[in-house]
Amino acid sequence: MKDVIEHKEHHLHLENVLLSGTGGGIQKIVLVGNPNVGKSLFFNYLSGTYVDVSNFPGTTVSITKGFYKNSEVYDTPGVYGVSSFNDEEKVARDIILEADIVINVINSLHLERDLFLTLQLIDMGKKISVFLNFSDELIKRKIKIDTEKLSELLGVPVYETSAVKKIGFEKLDEAIATAKVGIQPDGLHHVLHETLNRVGSQAEALLITEGDEFTAAKHGIPCGSGDDREFIYIERRNRVNEVVSSVEREDSPKGLFFNALGKYSLNPITGIPILLVMLTVLYFFIGDFVSQRVVNFTEKTIGKKYFEYYLKSYVANYTPSEIAVTLKDEADPAKRIRIYTFKENLKKDSKKEQEFKHVSRDENAVVDFKFSNWMAKLLFGEFGIISMTITYLLFLLLPLVSAFYFAMALMEDSGYLPRLATMLDRMMNRIGLNGRAVIPILLGFGCVTMAAITTRLLGSEREKTIATAILMYVIPCSAQLAVIAVLLSGAGIAPLLIYVTVIFSTLVVISTTLNKFLPGQSTPLLIDLPIMRLPRLDNAFKKTFFRAYGFMKEASVWFFVGALAVGLLDITGMLTVFQDILAPVTTHWLKLPKAAATAFVMGVVRRDFGAAGLFGLHLMPMQITVALITITLFVPCIAAFIIMIKERGVKEGLIIWFSAWVFAFLIGGIVAQIII
Amino acid sequence: MGIKTLDTIKKGTYFTIEKLPSGIIKVQLIRLGISVGDTIFCLERLPGGTIIVQKNRQEIAIGYELARSIFVKIKIT
Repeated sequence: MKDVIEHKEHHLHLENVLLSGTGGGIQKIVLVGNPNVGKSLFFNYLSGTYVDVSNFPGTTVSITKGFYKNSEVYDTPGVYGVSSFNDEEKVARDIILEADIVINVINSLHLERDLFLTLQLIDMGKKISVFLNFSDELIKRKIKIDTEKLSELLGVPVYETSAVKKIGFEKLDEAIATAKVGIQPDGLHHVLHETLNRVGSQAEALLITEGDEFTAAKHGIPCGSGDDREFIYIERRNRVNEVVSSVEREDSPKGLFFNALGKYSLNPITGIPILLVMLTVLYFFIGDFVSQRVVNFTEKTIGKKYFEYYLKSYVANYTPSEIAVTLKDEADPAKRIRIYTFKENLKKDSKKEQEFKHVSRDENAVVDFKFSNWMAKLLFGEFGIISMTITYLLFLLLPLVSAFYFAMALMEDSGYLPRLATMLDRMMNRIGLNGRAVIPILLGFGCVTMAAITTRLLGSEREKTIATAILMYVIPCSAQLAVIAVLLSGAGIAPLLIYVTVIFSTLVVISTTLNKFLPGQSTPLLIDLPIMRLPRLDNAFKKTFFRAYGFMKEASVWFFVGALAVGLLDITGMLTVFQDILAPVTTHWLKLPKAAATAFVMGVVRRDFGAAGLFGLHLMPMQITVALITITLFVPCIAAFIIMIKERGVKEGLIIWFSAWVFAFLIGGIVAQIII
Repeated sequence: MGIKTLDTIKKGTYFTIEKLPSGIIKVQLIRLGISVGDTIFCLERLPGGTIIVQKNRQEIAIGYELARSIFVKIKIT
């Protein structure tokens, strides 16, 4: 038997019609909750009837009554509190006042909001059981609620359910049987005492004290003032906040581990070892996997062997060329290097062309094209604007930059990056930066050009200048790092220590000096620390894609411009002039062979060219040390230089660029004078 | 209880914000949920003086220099 009674205007008489008519001894179970908490699904389960389940608050303004076992079950409109602010509240209030047992349904995701009603129900002195609905959503959103603790703090039974999935309904019998009066605040009874003596019901006494005019009128006594209500409400709100903060925790499924990791990564004592582990993992991913294996394939195979080979062969069809093919596997040294000279073009000498094509298709052949036409040289030569730059951009830089952005995205999304910035903040303060500057500096080890763009996120011009200077002077980019690592590993432990010490001291001296003399103030650290969790791969991929795309879009054109500048220097013979100027400094001051000057000048084009140029020189370990120090401190590659001019202005860019020449030779020379 | 600056607050204490530094940093603080009158918890003090505070579920790192310019009052719990 079911009655659905439409709510009418006469609230005061409602309970007589509705509740008294069912006879005295029957237990009344009332479902109470905020709007959209899923109460109706509970009602359906209990009474076995279908009631309209809707997402809109207030659609259950009609009261629904059903039977469950020997009890009557009432559904109430969703309300945020029991009082008389609107029709729904009035209806709910009247049913709740008559309830024997209240089943309070809560949306677990809005504990702070929903518990306000729960505490009011407890203060009313009703027997209650609480159901935390949407518990499946909690798992999805990585929020944890300590149900036992909540039950303990409220003094009533608390159950987890997912009404939509019909999980937890089996607990309803137990909930009805064990419902009890919750823990009320110490002072409450004292406040209610007088009113309670007059009306005889704690629930009504509370409502009257809270200023409910209807209940007060029913008993013919004055209701509490607005001040009383505000006082009780604020006190209740504070209690809710306390309860929520002690039972709810937002974290990952492996909550404890990640929370602890987050905490440990903040404090330098534990944070530095964690950082070292992270850097080791990064090294294996970027330094070993991407910059060695992946780039070897993309640059050497796709770039050089296919893209450049076909492009240049095609160009050679139209212009004179001299092609050197080096066969690494050839045992006879006389046959190892073969030179094919085409006075006009490939097509004109088809026999030689066929031989060249046959030989150059050998698995390990290295093919070098030399064009005599200056235009062909400029566009497709060794530093060809088109040939070299495209290989460099697409097959070397893009994989590296993507790998770095990907690693950064993972560190960012896991919540580690902001903690790293926090841990390093005080250290960075000494050099005029705040912890956030760790982002461009870390990126600098990938690509200084990419890092120079990232200095934008720093808070002041001053910090941008300091960070840019550090990047341009002392941070070796990954292309350079790879060569440095190979050379140093062959040189022994002393050169490594000298190298690291000199570079690090230079960093400290330059940045503290800048911090001291640059005008203005650096901005303080202020960042929110998101929860630590396993990063989502799809999100990291998305970020990587957009950032790598953004970088390529912004920087690519400057790599072409840089290649053009170097190409022109090469054609006009200026490159040789530079080398000649540097030669005496190189031999006397740096105590290196004359050819090392070429390596330095090549460093202007691409930093790794500079370092790689040292390979063939047969240097002593200490000479390697000096050469690497000089090349690390030497000017950044031409693309980084142009980006720096763009970001920091012509004056600042030129000052940093020219002083890099000075620092590199000055410091390299001093070290040379001491150790060689 | 007297008014102190945030950098002197011990780990594990609740405090209320009395005065924030002026300028853009104030707006940033408010956006992160730190405004005058708010009760905030000091979660951690790192060596060197960087402070980690917690408001509701939000953790926020505040640099030493900034912490020195935030005036707070310790809350008796």
